Amino acid sequence: MSKNITGNEIIHQYLRHNKKFPHVLCAGCGHGIVLGTLIRSIHSLGIPKDDVVVVAGIGCSGRLAVYVDFNTVHTTHGRALSFATGIKMSNPKLHVIALMGDGDALSIGGNHLIHAARRNIGVTALILNNSIYGMTGGQSSPATPEGSTTMTNPYGQLDHSFDTVELAKGAGANYVARGTVFHVNRLEKVMVEALERPGFSVVEAITPCHTQYGRKNKYKTPVDMYKWLKSTAITVERYNELPEEKREGRMPIGVFVDRQQPGFEERYYAMQDGFLKRSAKGGK
Amino acid sequence: MPRRKKRTEIFALGNEAVVQGALLAGCSFYGGYPITPSSEIMEIMAASLPKIEDGVFMQMEDEIASMGAVIGASLSGRKAMTATSGPGFSLMQENLGYAVMAETPLVLVNVMRGGPSTGLPTSPAQSDVQQARWGTHGDHPIIVLSASDVQECLDMTITAFNMAEKYRTPVILLLDEVTAHTREKIEIPNEGEYEVFSRTIPSMPPEWYRPYEETVRGVPPMPPIGSGYRFHVTGLTHDRNGFPTQRPEEVVELMDRIHRKIDQFFYDIQLVEEIMTDDCDVCVIAYGSVARSAELAVKQARSHGVKAGLLKLMTLFPYPRRHTEKILAHAKTLVVPEMNMGQMSREVKRVNMGHAAVRTINRVDGQIVTPSEIFKVIMQG
Repeated sequence: MSKNITGNEIIHQYLRHNKKFPHVLCAGCGHGIVLGTLIRSIHSLGIPKDDVVVVAGIGCSGRLAVYVDFNTVHTTHGRALSFATGIKMSNPKLHVIALMGDGDALSIGGNHLIHAARRNIGVTALILNNSIYGMTGGQSSPATPEGSTTMTNPYGQLDHSFDTVELAKGAGANYVARGTVFHVNRLEKVMVEALERPGFSVVEAITPCHTQYGRKNKYKTPVDMYKWLKSTAITVERYNELPEEKREGRMPIGVFVDRQQPGFEERYYAMQDGFLKRSAKGGK
Repeated sequence: MPRRKKRTEIFALGNEAVVQGALLAGCSFYGGYPITPSSEIMEIMAASLPKIEDGVFMQMEDEIASMGAVIGASLSGRKAMTATSGPGFSLMQENLGYAVMAETPLVLVNVMRGGPSTGLPTSPAQSDVQQARWGTHGDHPIIVLSASDVQECLDMTITAFNMAEKYRTPVILLLDEVTAHTREKIEIPNEGEYEVFSRTIPSMPPEWYRPYEETVRGVPPMPPIGSGYRFHVTGLTHDRNGFPTQRPEEVVELMDRIHRKIDQFFYDIQLVEEIMTDDCDVCVIAYGSVARSAELAVKQARSHGVKAGLLKLMTLFPYPRRHTEKILAHAKTLVVPEMNMGQMSREVKRVNMGHAAVRTINRVDGQIVTPSEIFKVIMQG
């Protein structure tokens, strides 16, 4: 109990109280839990507020940036990672966090995601996956599970959904993890790691959207959605031990990749230092 | 009087001169994506920037990302730029609008080629003039400059950076393929011979700072990200504190200010060169490489006894209205030669309001407008 109170106190130190509240999120939304986790992770690492840049895209997740007292940039749809790249390269001392939704990161910003991963730019990509376009009214996203009913797939989703973890792995991300808003402590653990790691790290946070997804897909209340998270999520270690036939419908959470390679900015500035040292010596 | 230090002379491409100008102006970030006929700018930047302290060159995955990275760099206190051509320019429009809304200084060089679509990738055109003005969605102010020769490529790039920093706005520099790929002798100005302007940085304590405060110039000071002034940057319509708003009075205040900060400094922004316009009966209004053909045509016409003049536009938008109106007091004919279907002549006709006859010369075949073509039209009177 006392732990929770401390948690709230921490969060209040990082909120913008001069901002016009209330926030835009619905009752039962998991986005606030993710934001709270992010704040606690930054707090536990002792990173000063001035050194944190939260770069957000568009959508419900994009709106989170405005509430936190960091350097915040609310960008265009899908482009958060490109802005984040410019910021990180200009000032590598900053901790740059790109906050994106599933539509943001996987659909319109899919190209930026794979190239940020390939480049291994020192940015933490936090992808809030709620399986739907929430703010625009519940249209299908690339993360919407096959067979779901949405506003743009009223007869059932036919196309396959993206697996963010596999995508990030394949594109070469340095650190890849998944968590859910039901398993908050685990989520916090991977978020802390992601913030500490050099290079490009991806954390996918599964967060339910009851308003736009759940109530159209047999989850009568927000609680049903959290129960669904509880019953489907399984640690990656245990998932790997499961026989093939029992893996169906289960979602592994935990750390999938941890390469610890130096980030692009580190390598770039090392190259530059080399040039500058040589020219200082009078060489070419 | 002290003897002027001799300037370094180089034999350079228009695109090369752009890089020289950018580096003199203090550019330390380039984010781009290759596209003909602008690629030399990117290539020379790739070779130059990593060797300069804190210089950053980034090849991005597309033009959308290029623009995003450039805005991110500018928010972090860098003087940043990108260069592109027609199709890439279209892709940059979304984030260009963001830069207008978030009042982010940057320079975008567009080397125009024939369109629409992939069009004529290696041929000159001036077909992006109205796209430069109205390409991004929403009512917005914008500064669009042009250059007609290689020396101007250098000079106007410095000017573009200065205007971007002075007015916290993206500035578009329109070149055409002829200017960009002409190689000629230029002079590189010595230090102190050109103006370099950098954005105003706030000096008040961070807790007093309001990011989009109303100021006399209409241009609020801009701290780099990470300097202790934590604030919110957004493409949403925002209030003085930078937070999203839908209150009509706050929306109007923002829209008024971002337009006013450009409009009220017309005397600083609207640049032209007036060649024999004082007494002209026929005035050619031209920009880019066409202005060079026009200058020759005007001189020829003068030698034939026709009072011809040339208004060379260096600033395309906001359109140099007062310079045009001064000429309209005596000119009977305006000739507007362009390598497009008549994009700038729309502006000229708007300002002309029926005072003079407006004759247009339009070429869209990927060929330059020749002096003799313009001469013929001038002689028709």
